[in-house]
Amino acid sequence: MPSLIETRSLTAFYGDLQAVFGVDIRLDAGETIAVIGANGAGKSTLMRSIAGVIANRPEMILHRGEPIGALAAPDVVRRGIALVPEGRKLFPSLTVEENLQVGAYGRKVEGPWTLESIYGLFPILKERRRNPATALSGGQQQMVAIGRALMSNPEILLCDELSLGLAPVIIKDIYAAFSKIRATGAAIVIVEQDIAQALKVADRVYCMMEGRITLSGRPAELDRADIHAAYFGAETHELH
Amino acid sequence: MSFIDTLLQGVLLGGLYALFAAGLSLVFGIMRLVNLAHGDLIVLAAFLILLIVSTFGLDPFLAAVIAAPMMFGIGWLLQYHLLNRTLGKDILPPLLVTFGLSIVIQNGLLEGFTADSRRISAGALETASVNFGGISAGVMPLVTFASAVLVIVALNQLIYRTALGRAFRATSDDVVTASLMGIRPNAIFAIATGLAMMIVTVAALYLGTRANFDPTAGPARLIYAFEAVIIGGLGSLWGTLAGGIILGVAQTVGAAINPEWQILSGHIAFLLVLLFRPRGLFPRAVD
Repeated sequence: MPSLIETRSLTAFYGDLQAVFGVDIRLDAGETIAVIGANGAGKSTLMRSIAGVIANRPEMILHRGEPIGALAAPDVVRRGIALVPEGRKLFPSLTVEENLQVGAYGRKVEGPWTLESIYGLFPILKERRRNPATALSGGQQQMVAIGRALMSNPEILLCDELSLGLAPVIIKDIYAAFSKIRATGAAIVIVEQDIAQALKVADRVYCMMEGRITLSGRPAELDRADIHAAYFGAETHELH
Repeated sequence: MSFIDTLLQGVLLGGLYALFAAGLSLVFGIMRLVNLAHGDLIVLAAFLILLIVSTFGLDPFLAAVIAAPMMFGIGWLLQYHLLNRTLGKDILPPLLVTFGLSIVIQNGLLEGFTADSRRISAGALETASVNFGGISAGVMPLVTFASAVLVIVALNQLIYRTALGRAFRATSDDVVTASLMGIRPNAIFAIATGLAMMIVTVAALYLGTRANFDPTAGPARLIYAFEAVIIGGLGSLWGTLAGGIILGVAQTVGAAINPEWQILSGHIAFLLVLLFRPRGLFPRAVD
């Protein structure tokens, strides 16, 4: 059976610069994988390629074995692949509730996620549902961004740098929601700079550096020193 | 009494200007597109209504009902196949293309309808009036004003109460993120311009029944539309109505003092607003 998502020698550009050089990753049903790496490693470009924001050659990205690399974002969403973009990117003209509702614009399917169940997942959003989305704190905004992506009831949830700019205690709250999301059967890709957080939630981890996968495996099988080397390109003796 | 009468006529005229402006405001608000052919599209719609009236002998209101979906189609095709190609970081291409379009429409209308000025007859309604304790107002201006209010109420309902309206606002905020929601920005823009052309049809109906028009009447309508939008403040439809009213009142008051001052006083009111409130009276859009 083909994987849910598979990239094959994916190359992608960030503007004129090539940011991803021949990346192969795989995501199977019900799995959570993490892509870790430093700033500029190509993680976001990889996510944006899968989500259809960046156009690629069709066969570079397969969804259930079908080539989707050249599909535009609206068509990718309709296949059940939703992205929580880096920096949250909430719509400032919309209230919290409207931001959530617009998440279901392109794909309205029966599933576990409705306004009510999102409010169940993040109760604070219900209290603030009439507020402009950008009036919320960073952590609450991230909850809206996750909820908005869930509103399309995706099979695959791509999360780009959820913890960026958030306090550790808030990051913990946000990742606490992940067990509930996983329980619905969705497969999840998490992009993180926070290695510890990624190792905690992921079934498998890919480490990226300078647009290439430098290490992959299950968290238990990975050695801290190897991760450090794959992440920073550093020699192991620098590690303490 | 005559001052109140002048004021009332000005307010009612403002309704017509608000109708000129509402479509322009909608399109600018959603895709930051300044459509320099907007006035010519109003005139095009007026000729379309005239054509339907004269060909089928229909009542102009009924003709407008038939013309509106046709204008929606024209707007949709125009946006989807032409104007969408001009949108981007550079603001110059849409200006150039719509300026060219304006010339194309004017010349097309000249070819098709000659340079004669025309008028759409509304029959007995044209001269009908109602009396409010000594002040009379024409039925047509009243209907025009009521239509403007209705159009703005309906647009606000659409924009703030429906899924399509949410998609409009989301796309206006951020095209890339909107596409991640499954919104197809090009289709959203096409629908927006289609809607603007339906409002244009309403404006054309009242333009054509109120006064003469000819193929070159568009650019002057565009100026009034622009002024109403800018006076009201970008992005606010009620502001646009207020802008239309200020423009209308300024013109009728100017005309009451000296008929030669009608157009001039409207422009002076516009310049005064620009001078003291450069962002308009009720700005909503941040950029």
